[in-house]
This record gives sequence, C-alpha cells and structure tokens, in this order.
Amino acid sequence: MYALFALFPLFWMLLISFKHDREMFNTIFVFHPTLENYRVLFSTGEYIGYFMNNVFVSVGAVLLSLVVGVPAAYALARFDFKGKEDLAFTFLSFRFAPEMLVILPLFLIYQRIGLYDTAFGLIWVFQLISLPFIIWILRGYFEDISPEIEHAARVDGYSWWRVFLKINMPLIKPGMVAAALLSFIFVWNNFTFALLLAGQDVVTTTVASLKYISSDTVHYGQMAAAVTISALPEVILALLIQKHLVRGLSMGAVKG
Amino acid sequence: MSSIGRPDPSVPFADLANASATPNSDKIPPIPFMRKARPYLILAPALLLTIGILIPFFISIYYSLTNYSFKYKDYSFVGLENWTQMLTDPLFWHSVWVTLQYAFFSTGVEMLLGIGIALMLNQDTRLSKALRMVLIFPLMIAPVIATLIWQLMTNNSVGVIAYALRSIGIDNFLWGADPKTAMFSVVLIDVWVNTPFVIVLVLAGLRSLPKAPFESAMVDGGSAWFTFKTLTLPMIKPLLLIALLFRIMISLQEFSIIFALTRGGPGDTLMSLPLTAYNEAFTYKELGTALPYMLILWVFIYILSYYLIRYWSRAQKNASGS
Repeated sequence: MYALFALFPLFWMLLISFKHDREMFNTIFVFHPTLENYRVLFSTGEYIGYFMNNVFVSVGAVLLSLVVGVPAAYALARFDFKGKEDLAFTFLSFRFAPEMLVILPLFLIYQRIGLYDTAFGLIWVFQLISLPFIIWILRGYFEDISPEIEHAARVDGYSWWRVFLKINMPLIKPGMVAAALLSFIFVWNNFTFALLLAGQDVVTTTVASLKYISSDTVHYGQMAAAVTISALPEVILALLIQKHLVRGLSMGAVKG
Repeated sequence: MSSIGRPDPSVPFADLANASATPNSDKIPPIPFMRKARPYLILAPALLLTIGILIPFFISIYYSLTNYSFKYKDYSFVGLENWTQMLTDPLFWHSVWVTLQYAFFSTGVEMLLGIGIALMLNQDTRLSKALRMVLIFPLMIAPVIATLIWQLMTNNSVGVIAYALRSIGIDNFLWGADPKTAMFSVVLIDVWVNTPFVIVLVLAGLRSLPKAPFESAMVDGGSAWFTFKTLTLPMIKPLLLIALLFRIMISLQEFSIIFALTRGGPGDTLMSLPLTAYNEAFTYKELGTALPYMLILWVFIYILSYYLIRYWSRAQKNASGS
C-alpha cells in the first residue's frame, strides 16, 4: 500500500508526460504515447535556459562548498581547539535556520550591493544548504581515518599538505562524492531562495514549474514533461549514492 | 655582556633550534603559535563565507525595531512597536497555531509511518531490497515539484485521483481549496515527500542491531510487541531522535509546499509563520513588521534544537555505553 502511495504519483506523472493534449481528458491509462510534449517544451528554448541556470548555480554552489568545506571538515575532525564544538554547531544550525529569516534582510542587502538576481548571489546563499552537508558529513569520514596513517607519512618526510592530498583525499573520496551529490540535490530542489532572491535573469526549474501551473495553461502534458525533466537528475543521482545515503541524510550523525 | 656569542646555559640547544628554523622549516614540528592558529586558519574561508550571511541576520534584529518599508526610502526607529503589534494581533496566534499543527501532524505521521514501513522492509527478500532502493525517490524530488504532481493528480479535469474519487461517488472533495481539507492536503504532500527520510534512517538503525539479544528473546518466547518495546525501541532511540530532530526543525519552517499549493489560503487558513512573514514583506512591502514573525520562530527552533541535541547525545551514550 505504501509503495503504491509513494511511487504511483511518479509513475502517473511520467505516463501523462507522454500523453497528447487531445487524449488528456478522455483516457486514463490506455492511449497513444507521443513525444509531442517534450518536443514543444524544448523547441521554445526557454525551458532549456531554466534548466541550464539550475545546473550552473547548483554546480557552482557545491563546488564552492567543497573548496571551503573540505579543509573546514578536516580541521574540525583532526584538531582540538577552543570553541570547536561551538563552531561545528554553528555550521549545523544553518541547516535549521528558517529560510525566510535569511531572505528578508538579504533581499534588502542584495538589492543594494547588486547581487539580487545574479547567479553568484544565489550560489552564495545556497552555501547555507550545501556547506553544512559537506562539513558535517566529511567530518565523520575524516574522523574514521586513523591519525596513525598521517603520522607515519609525516615521519617519512611528506609535508602536511602532501599528506592531505595523497593520503586523506583518496580515503574520503567516496564520502566526498556522496556529500557533494546529496547537497547538489538539495540545492537543486530549493525553491524559496530562488523565488525571492532571483528575478527574471536567473530562473531555476523549480520556480519556472510553479509559474507553469499558475499561468492558467491547460497544457497538462507539457507541465508533466517539465516536472519529469526536473526530477530526473535527482532520481538518477539518488541511485548512485545509495550506500552513503543514511550517513549523508543524517549529516554524519548516523554511520550507516 | 659576557654571554654574547655563547649559548645560554639555561636554555639547552637554544642555538640549535634557531639554526634549523630558518632554512627548511617544513621539516621540523611547527612552532606552538602556528599550531594553535592552524585550525582557525583552515576554517577561515568557510567562516568568512558564512559570516557574510550571518551579518544580515543581526541586521534583521535591528530592522525589526524600525518601520522599514520597501515602499519608502526613509525609515525611523520605532522601538518595540512591531513586536507588541504582532503579539496583540490575533492573526499572529493563528499563525503560531497553524505552524505548530503542520509540524505536529506531518512529523507525527512521518515518524509512525516511517517506523512501520522500516520494520516491514527489514528483511532480506528480493522485494524489500528493491523497494528500499526506489522508495527514496519522493525524498529526492523538490517539494514544489511534488506539490505540482499532487495538484495535477487531484485536478478535476485530468487528475487520476479526482477520477477515482468520482467513480466511488465523491465529487466535492476540494483539497487545498476547502478550508476543511486544506491542512490535510499540505500534510499529505509533506508526508509523501518526507516519510522516506524516516524510513532510511530507521532501516539503518535496524540493520545495525546486534543479533544475539533478539535470538535469546525468541528462545524465551517473548511476543513480537514485547521484543520491539524492550529491545528494538531503546536501541534505535538515538536514531529516532535524529529523525525527529530533522523533521521537526524543517517542518516548522516549511514554506514551499504551502506556498505552492494554496499561498496560505483559502482565506488565512494556512497562514503559517513563514507565509505570514512572506506576505508582510512581499505583498505589503513592510520589512519591519515581517521580521518579528521569523525572529520568534528562529528563537523557538534554536531552543528546541538545543534541547533535542542534548537529549540525543545522552540517549546515544545510554544506547552504546551501558
């Protein structure tokens, strides 16, 4: 029963995305499948633009998070220093900060310093989503690496930086890929930041899809096709990170 | 005076350390100052990036004490006026009630359903293995997109659910458009999206349980319910708390599902705190009056998460330690 509840909506969405507008109102499951909806969707070029916007800001946000987050996760895992747990908690608390509270003042500031409706503005605010994931998940993976290995390499004469690149990075690579993909999914899915901190220039697929339904179109098939296209990357990515999913979703609190 | 040029006897090897420090400094252990500063230096980029976002947060406390509006250039300090106005507004208490209701129902159903499904899937049959893989799909889909899917399914002219309901004689079920069923509709979508999260976490907990206590319980002839209550539940408690923590925190500030389905309507049926703040700021353009709504929610979430996390770390010690 639950499987039906969980999966049927997706199946049905996929189904009607292949249904022609003519057959939309008088058939349920039996109809002549057509690619018409996808063709119309892509022929305008508009939707491809939204899709590319989404790819650009999501990839940008995750890359930025990796660059600053991997060293931060390492520092939080390896060193003992004053205020360590407070700092770690601060990063975690971003995950729980109400989006709307961040948006209201940022809306004002972004408009003043010209970041409103820019890709960079979105990438920056998306750090609130992706950075906690990267830092907390990778912190757990770094803690799993025995300091002995690092010490041994240091004794052999490798510099700290070389040890980090040659020993640590390969060991956490699977975790890093999983954390990156998971934060990519959640950044991709974000709606509130994209709706309110971007206007005409940087429209993402989630925002565009909502506009579709409120614009009184009766092209349900196209809508379904748009939804399918924006959901597809996530479903594929989800299958890739099966093994790390538990650890990722609980931000490293559960070592699944 | 006479000691110039001679090593200070009170510091053994002082000259030795000095001599080797300059030419190849990466071979010797770093000096204490650098060692202390290093973690902070490594963390600095991440901190800088997030401070840029935290500053607005503090600014927002200041603006909540002004009558700042997007309509005018000038604004002035009004003290606690926005706050007292909010606290005496019956609509504010309505928003609090809607927010709590939403969080309570969605989290409650997701936890119960999630635990139940996880218990069922905790077998090594091929079917449950396959289901474990595909049941997470809804979680990966954007809540807004999920809302659109449900909107299409319940659409009166093309929706398959609307069709099914009609065929069993129900044709006046209005979902989000009816104040009586609006809350049910948004909670249903939240449950659809987020139950897999609970399933995934609880399943991980169930699969990491030791076998021995369960085998002895079986030998002793304990009932399934008794085993679950006295063995399984205490052991997966830390995990349940993590799932609960995440679900409560996020459902308290849910914006996108409600916004996408009804914009807070019909009327103000679903005007939760984030929706009200959105309305004040972007419909009425009053930033000053919008901010207290979110600040009060943030304080509530912060205190709640603080206690839940403390409770969790205690539960985890109990489960693994004694």
